[in-house]
Amino acid sequence: MSSVIKIENLHYTYPGDDVESLKGVSLEIERGSFVAVLGHNGSGKSTLAKHLNAILLPTEGKVLIDGIDTADEDNLLKVRSTVGMVFQNPDNQIVANVVEDDVAFAPENLSVEPAQIRERVDNALKAVDMYEFRLHAPHLLSGGQKQRVAIAGVIAMQPEVIVLDEPTAMLDPKGRREVIDTVTKLCREKGITIVLITHHMSECINADRLIVMSNGDVVADGTPQEVFSQVELMHSEGLAVPATTELMWQLNKEGFNLPLTALGIAECAEQIAKEIG
Amino acid sequence: MLKDITLGQYFPGDTIAHRLDPRTKLLLVIVYIVGLFNAVSWWSYAFVIVITGLCMYVSKIRPAAAFKGLKPVIFIIILTALLNIFYTKGTPIIEGWIITWEGIAKAVMMSVRIILLIVGTFLLTYTTSPIALTDGLEILLNPLKKIKVPVHEMSMMMSMALRFIPTLIEETDKIMSAQKARGADFETGNLMQRAKALLPILVPLFVSAFRRADELAVAMESRCYHGGKGRTRMKTLKMQGIDFLAFFFGAAFLTVIFVMKKFGL
Amino acid sequence: MSDIKVSALRHVYSAGTPFEKVAIDDINIEIPHGQFVGLIGHTGSGKSTFIQHLNALLKPSSGTVMVDGEDINADKMTAKNVRHKVGLVFQYPEYQLFEETVYADIAFGPKNMGLNEAEIDERVREAAHFVGVPDEQFEKSPLELSGGQKRRVAIAGVIAMRPGVLILDEPTAGLDPAGCEQILRNICDYRTQTGSTVIIVSHSMDDVARLTDRLVVFNHGAIRFDGTPEEVFSQPEELRSIGLAVPAATELAMELKKRGLMLPNSIYTNEQLEKALLKLKRRAD
Repeated sequence: MSSVIKIENLHYTYPGDDVESLKGVSLEIERGSFVAVLGHNGSGKSTLAKHLNAILLPTEGKVLIDGIDTADEDNLLKVRSTVGMVFQNPDNQIVANVVEDDVAFAPENLSVEPAQIRERVDNALKAVDMYEFRLHAPHLLSGGQKQRVAIAGVIAMQPEVIVLDEPTAMLDPKGRREVIDTVTKLCREKGITIVLITHHMSECINADRLIVMSNGDVVADGTPQEVFSQVELMHSEGLAVPATTELMWQLNKEGFNLPLTALGIAECAEQIAKEIG
Repeated sequence: MLKDITLGQYFPGDTIAHRLDPRTKLLLVIVYIVGLFNAVSWWSYAFVIVITGLCMYVSKIRPAAAFKGLKPVIFIIILTALLNIFYTKGTPIIEGWIITWEGIAKAVMMSVRIILLIVGTFLLTYTTSPIALTDGLEILLNPLKKIKVPVHEMSMMMSMALRFIPTLIEETDKIMSAQKARGADFETGNLMQRAKALLPILVPLFVSAFRRADELAVAMESRCYHGGKGRTRMKTLKMQGIDFLAFFFGAAFLTVIFVMKKFGL
Repeated sequence: MSDIKVSALRHVYSAGTPFEKVAIDDINIEIPHGQFVGLIGHTGSGKSTFIQHLNALLKPSSGTVMVDGEDINADKMTAKNVRHKVGLVFQYPEYQLFEETVYADIAFGPKNMGLNEAEIDERVREAAHFVGVPDEQFEKSPLELSGGQKRRVAIAGVIAMRPGVLILDEPTAGLDPAGCEQILRNICDYRTQTGSTVIIVSHSMDDVARLTDRLVVFNHGAIRFDGTPEEVFSQPEELRSIGLAVPAATELAMELKKRGLMLPNSIYTNEQLEKALLKLKRRAD
């Protein structure tokens, strides 16, 4: 079983809305992969995210987590502890006045034994590099630190997947880097599957897979290189491509012949230098 | 600035006072208050002051921090003192004056009593994390569950409130600045105008509080919160040797106070 | 005209307590009328403290702030009136909307200035026009709007006071690329049509590089760099040493130079880099 999440023909309409927010999305997400989901506001990316741990249930279609249907109420806790969620506003997801008490919240809900909770909390805080702040009050931390505490709070459930719904939207560049570095590390070193919802294209560059959503549907799906090289498509979706791709695309219009797949600065410089010779 | 309020703030630490079980501390505070209200003479006051000082020393609370916490109640203290000075009959300090020696003595005693009362409760909130405090309360009140009092829900709500007070205070500051930047005036005008001037602060604050509550509820659910049933705790409360020692001291404290009272001290 | 002159400005938070913190120290800067200034620096570098001194929301611990040759902290009245001249849009300004309708919310500022109905109406319409809020939305509740629309209504609420200086603290924070682009375009329109001074706090080097004509870099409560984008971005190593990024174009140009390409020192936008590369290519061909 290599896919941890399986979405089959997912439709969703918000109560009281007449327009579908998701129009038949089908996806499989591979265990241990880093998947970025990009899209402008109202593209349906957050609605999709909320289906992954049964905050929303499909109007039509199915979402399977480790083979369990999210609509199966008896397995609700199993689904939610398999897929952890981190939200946009760090202040509104921290429940306790002390960092370590907050991280303990989920395992406490899952009836884990006290000694084991302690161990999970310590490990989770170490994994996000916040162990030394375990006795601090959350409201005095920086935005990036708060988000890392929120991530630790999810890790303490020992989930297979972490879904992050625009976790960096309210952070400064330093906080953004902290969060992205942390989730990248969790994916590469601990094998946790990461689904990162974002509208910052720079955060998608290191993902294994990039999914672009628009109007409640998937419009592009592939490696970041494959997706970003479709510059016209991205522009028409109101999304930016990395500055390097944009430049090479412009230069190609002027007679250069550069591969649009060179996303990194160094890689791009290499290609341009070769071309000019 | 609103941010300067320290009422009921917790200072993390690792002193004996921090390690005591919150239930012990809650009960000791009750013992302390009973003792304080049964202290009738200067001698017994001196005794309570010494004990309070000792407790502060043990919990490593600097006097400055304790006095900062007194700031919000200074007005009440002064008012009480004034009332006592002017309304106590006795020997006037100067012939014909309304102020009496007894009045001064009573004013000082009442002020000291309020200060001791506040400092005593601060000892609890300074050395006990709000979570531990609400946990302790929850367990102490547990018998009430039998008569269908939602004890878990109440303590959860209390700890949430404590968690969000600093956040909302900060937010109020921000909204106030933003409205001031749009020319809002909170300082002049009559009472009616001033009350109306608060709308631009209160409306956004409420809207935001509701949004936060909504997001928080989703976040809690997605972290598998499903009420108090079957919940375990990382920090289980367990009475240890020092708790029994503390109870012993509490009992000794009360005994001394009552003995002093009996002998008119 | 609204010339700003700040001399020896210092601000200390919680002075006299154990939490005492010097937020900014010895800030000296003059901003002549009509300039488009970008303020950059880390969170906590003092930018936010600094801008709140320009409309007397914060009082200097020492030093002076002059607007139009007048010390804005001279007395209470001056401090209040300077807020009509220097408009400040806070971060996430949509969280301050409170009126029942969009129109009433935009009118809050002009009303506080004591203007009459006709003047207020004119200003509300003008401000709404600048940020692209159509008349049909005037009677809607601000709460019904989308995030980006709310933000634009909030900005209109400040523009409606017709400030000679418009200060915006991270006006694009949290918006998607399309929303960012629209807000920045609104701000540029406001500036070109009114000739006002605009000061924008931003974390996006690419945005400030292409929009502003002067960059002020804050670090640890002091001004570290002050100059044209060209001047500031020609010192990429120094910027990096204080933990700030440079525009992607500058970074790419540095890499290309390392590989032996002859590029000018002053590249900070994609357009400039493209032009320079095209020139090189033509020469090579």
